[in-house]
Amino acid sequence: MPDVSPFVILFAAVFTNNILLVYFLGMCSFIAVSNTVPTALGLGAAVTFVSVLTAAAGRPVYHRVLVPLGLEYLQFIVFIVLIAGLVQFVEMVIERTSQTLHANLGIFLPLITVNCAILGLCLFMVSWSYGFLQSLAWGAGSGVGWFVAVVALAGLRQKIRFSKVPPALEGAGITIVVAGTMAMAFMGFAGMVAIR
Amino acid sequence: MDLGLLLSSAAVLGGLAGILALILIVADKYIADYGVCKVDINRDPGVSFECRGGGNLLMALAERKIFIPSACGGQGTCGYCKVEVRAGAGSVLPTERMHLTRADIRRNVRLSCQIKVKNDLELHIPAELLAVQEFACLVEKLEALSHDTKLVRLKLLEPAAIAFTPGQYCQLNVPRDYLLRRVPPIFEPIFRAYSIASMPKDEGIVEFIIRLVPDGICTTWVHTLLAEGDRVTITGPYGEFYLREDSDRPIICVGGGSGVAPVRSIVEHLFDTRTQRKVDCFIGQRALRDLYWHRENVARAAHHKNFRYFPSLSGLQGGEEWEGETDFIHLVVDKAIADASDKECYLCGPPIMIDAVIATLKDKGLPEERIYFDKF
Repeated sequence: MPDVSPFVILFAAVFTNNILLVYFLGMCSFIAVSNTVPTALGLGAAVTFVSVLTAAAGRPVYHRVLVPLGLEYLQFIVFIVLIAGLVQFVEMVIERTSQTLHANLGIFLPLITVNCAILGLCLFMVSWSYGFLQSLAWGAGSGVGWFVAVVALAGLRQKIRFSKVPPALEGAGITIVVAGTMAMAFMGFAGMVAIR
Repeated sequence: MDLGLLLSSAAVLGGLAGILALILIVADKYIADYGVCKVDINRDPGVSFECRGGGNLLMALAERKIFIPSACGGQGTCGYCKVEVRAGAGSVLPTERMHLTRADIRRNVRLSCQIKVKNDLELHIPAELLAVQEFACLVEKLEALSHDTKLVRLKLLEPAAIAFTPGQYCQLNVPRDYLLRRVPPIFEPIFRAYSIASMPKDEGIVEFIIRLVPDGICTTWVHTLLAEGDRVTITGPYGEFYLREDSDRPIICVGGGSGVAPVRSIVEHLFDTRTQRKVDCFIGQRALRDLYWHRENVARAAHHKNFRYFPSLSGLQGGEEWEGETDFIHLVVDKAIADASDKECYLCGPPIMIDAVIATLKDKGLPEERIYFDKF
């Protein structure tokens, strides 16, 4: 277990080691659902919820069940099943509480199941042998980091709608350029905090 | 192979999946259970109903045998299943927005396939739609009317009679096993609308006139596989295009291509009921081999002084014997009608024909609100 405070990890996961803008995980829904801020807020909250719970449940399952039985190589399938179950739960809750958000997120809500950001944070967490609190902080931080990134991009895209974009870059083109610029800004923090 | 390892892997995965499934079952029971919801229709206790929440409104209505027209099977792509929801549906969803006009939204019109029944709903459904029923039918007769058009006569089995107004249409369901056998297979339900070509007095039968459309899903099935004695289901009657029987104005009917079907129903019904109204019937086809329902009309024109018949073949090849008109049908209308201001007009056919005829009739003084048409 590396000697890093959970608070440092939480902070680092949001800003200096952002799972999306530094590790480039979870890009597909980042591009697809960042049309408007409310939708991005909804999906961001859903991803944060799933990532916190996955980290909280994934670490004990890995260290208390898989490691003692020598079944570490089952980690992918175990994490994926865990994530799938949680996403199913989140979908039920969102469908119940906000039909508008449910329709806005559409297929991207169930697709959190295969959001690489969430599987990625689980794999980082076990390969860096984090303790429970550290894992929790890393999960929460990564989720919030993804949330911040997607909402920021959605805000920028809402503004871009009123600017003159060269025709060749309209739509996905300008979005990827903006995402790349954001990533460069976040990478400026790289190495400021050691988290492993 | 280490049996213990195999067993422990299976136990870990199975156990984990089991625990998650258990949590989800409990969640489903408490979160996704919407209880019993009341769907109020027109404040009429006879048709209002209660159902278990959770499903979409279109299906809930279909289960109650209230058939809202829909062509895509509830995927939100056709935009036909509009229903006025006065209360309980929440705000307009992004998946509906592209199909609703601003006037629709102001009138609380929604797409019933996108609305989930989660709480009590208050609907307003026009009486015509409530009269729509599903009919199990037997294919009684298939008759080639022309080289590419068939008359399909269905005998209604359950319910055994249909009440409709000439001009309305029914939807023919394409059987699922045919759709699955196609290459590539089609998984969603397919139904197609056809005007009723038979008359209301024959309440036990429904006739369609179906022209083979190249690569058409339903027409290919009708023309190649459907046989006498087969069973099919239809729903209907639908449509705002129907004969206004409360007026006694002279009538102009124009049918082009397979748009002859509702015109046949309207004209035959008028003379079945011994109408006193003057009827001018214009039929446009391409060539002699396309022309059907012709001898009947020639005979009728000879017998009834109120009936005039103007067939026209616009795509005539050399060598065919034809002494009638050879212009496009709107030009025939232009020649035959001097003043249309006191008339009432029913048009059915391809959009380009309808637009041309409407322009001609407006020139002749026919007000727009008395032009009824069905484009396809």
